[in-house]
Amino acid sequence: MNVSVWKTKVDEVLKRSGKSKETLLPCLEVIQEACGYIPQEAITYLRENLDVPSIDIYGVITFYGMLTTKEQGKYVIRICDSLPCYLNKSDGVLGVIEKELGIEAGETSADRQFTLEVVPCLGLCDKAPAMMINDKIYGNLTEQSVKKIIAELNC
Amino acid sequence: MEKILTKNVGKPNSQDIEVYLGGGGYKALEKALGMKPKDVIAEVKKSKLVGRGGAAFPTGLKWEFTRRESAEPKFIACNADEGEPGTFKDRVILLNDPHLLLEALIIGGYAIGASKGFIYIRGEYYREIETVEKAVEQARTKGYLGDNILGSGFSFDVQLYKGAGAYVCGEETALLESMEGNRGCPDCRPPFPAESGFLGKPTAVNNVETLCNIPAIMINGGEWYSRIGSPDSPGPKLYCLSGHVNKPGVYELPMGITLRELIENHGEGVKGEFKAALPGGVSSCLLANLDVKLDYKSVARAGSMLGSGAVIVINEDTSIIDVAKNTMEFFARESCGKCSVCREGTRRAREILTRFANGGGKAKELDLMLELGEVMYDTACCGLGQAAMNTTASAIRLFREEFEQKVRK
Repeated sequence: MNVSVWKTKVDEVLKRSGKSKETLLPCLEVIQEACGYIPQEAITYLRENLDVPSIDIYGVITFYGMLTTKEQGKYVIRICDSLPCYLNKSDGVLGVIEKELGIEAGETSADRQFTLEVVPCLGLCDKAPAMMINDKIYGNLTEQSVKKIIAELNC
Repeated sequence: MEKILTKNVGKPNSQDIEVYLGGGGYKALEKALGMKPKDVIAEVKKSKLVGRGGAAFPTGLKWEFTRRESAEPKFIACNADEGEPGTFKDRVILLNDPHLLLEALIIGGYAIGASKGFIYIRGEYYREIETVEKAVEQARTKGYLGDNILGSGFSFDVQLYKGAGAYVCGEETALLESMEGNRGCPDCRPPFPAESGFLGKPTAVNNVETLCNIPAIMINGGEWYSRIGSPDSPGPKLYCLSGHVNKPGVYELPMGITLRELIENHGEGVKGEFKAALPGGVSSCLLANLDVKLDYKSVARAGSMLGSGAVIVINEDTSIIDVAKNTMEFFARESCGKCSVCREGTRRAREILTRFANGGGKAKELDLMLELGEVMYDTACCGLGQAAMNTTASAIRLFREEFEQKVRK
C-alpha cells in the first residue's frame, strides 16, 4: 500500500469540502477506495485534521458495510441475498462461489485475491440473482455462470 | 398514459444536458423562477403529490413547513439511498435522466428558500454517482446551478454525498446523521427535519422519484397532475416488479393499477402459481389478493403498505417460512442497534424463524411473534424497527397452517 496515495486523496477532499466532521465519511470513502481498507495511520491523520476522536472514527467505520479496517482482496465480491435474489436461488450461487474460492462469506482468500461478502439488496432485482465484483455488475447468475466469472478473474 | 418520470429513458445519451434541453428540459425551472416561492408550493399542494420513498407524506406540506421555519440557512436533501429490498426505480432515473432530478431539486430549493442542496446516493451505485456528478458539472457550466440562476437573483448549488453501505441511512434522520459524519442511527421525531435537519437547520428531505414529478407539475399545473391515476393518491408510480415473474422491471403506470394487471399485463405473468406478493418490499405485509389496487390508500385498506412500490411476487413452490426468515435475517443485520426492542427483537425473531424453518418451532411462539411485532411497531424509534415484523406477522396470519406443520412434534 502506497501511503501517499490515500493522503493525496484525503487532502483533496479536505481542500474541497473543509476540515469539519461532515467531511469524515467522504474522507473514509476515498481511503477505502485507494487502499482497499482504512489503515491506522489514516485514522490518526483524520483525527488530527478533523478534530474527531479516534473512537468516533472507528464507530463510523464499523457502522458502514463498505468500510473496513481489515485488508481486503483484490476482488471484492458482493452477492445479494435479499428476497428477490433469494427467490431466484442466490443461495445456490453463493454455495458455488464459496466452493470455488475455498472461503466462506465474510472471509478473504489467503492469496488476497478475493473477499466474499453477502450483502443486502443492490437494486439489481430485475437481474436476480445478482452480485457486484468491485464496481462491476453481474446479473441473472447461474451456478455455471459464476464458475466462469471466477475462472476468468483467476487467470 | 403519457410518461412523466421515464419519458427520457431509452433516448440515446438521455443523461446529457443537450438531449435534456432538446426535450424541453429546464423550462419548468424557468417557469418556477418566474413565480413566487409560495405559489410554487401552492401548485405542488394542489397536485396532491405524496412522497414516494415509503412514507407517503404530502410533498407540498413538507415544503411549506420547511419554508415557514425562521432559522437560516435552509437545505434540501434528495434521498437517493435506495435500499429497500426489491426497489430499483431511483437507479433508473439517476442513470438515465439525472437532469430531471437536478431541475426538480433546484425548484425545491427555490420553493423552500434553500441555497444548498444535497444528493445522498448509496455507495454501491457507482455508475449512477458518476452520471450525477457529470450532470452537476454540466448544469453548473450552463448556469442552471451557481449564482443568480437565469438572472433570477436566486443562487443554488448541489453537493453529492456517497453512502457507504447501510440500509438504515435511507431513513431521513439517519441519512442526515450520516451526512454529518456520524453513525447512521435514526433520531426520534419530532423534531422533524423540516424544523431541525442537517446541522440542526430546516431541511426538506425528498425521495428521487418524488422530486422528479415536480417539473411536470410546474409545466402543466397541480390541477392537471391531480387527475392522473387514483384520486386518493394521484400521479404516476414507478412500480418495481421482481421475484417470481417472467419479466421483472421498473414500470411507470398510473397509481391505482391492480396487482393482477401489473403482474399479468406488464410482468408477463407469474413463474409458477401465485401464492402471495409484497407490495412495498420486505417492510410491507403480504397480500394474497391479486385484485388490490396499488395506490397508498387501497393497499393500506388491504392491510399492507405500498411503501416504495417494490412488488415482490412469491410462487406456490416457496415456503412462506423461508420468506419470513429471509426478511428477518435482513432486518437483524441492518438494525442500527440504537433501540433495544429492534436490535433484540429482530434477532430473537430470526432465531425463532430459523427453528421453524428446520421443523423445530414451538406452537406458542407464533402468537409471541405477533405480539413482538406489535411491541416493535409501538416502541421502535424509526420505520425499520416498526416495520421489521410486517412480513413475518402477515405470513403467520395468512399461512398459519404452514407454520403449524413445522411445530416440533
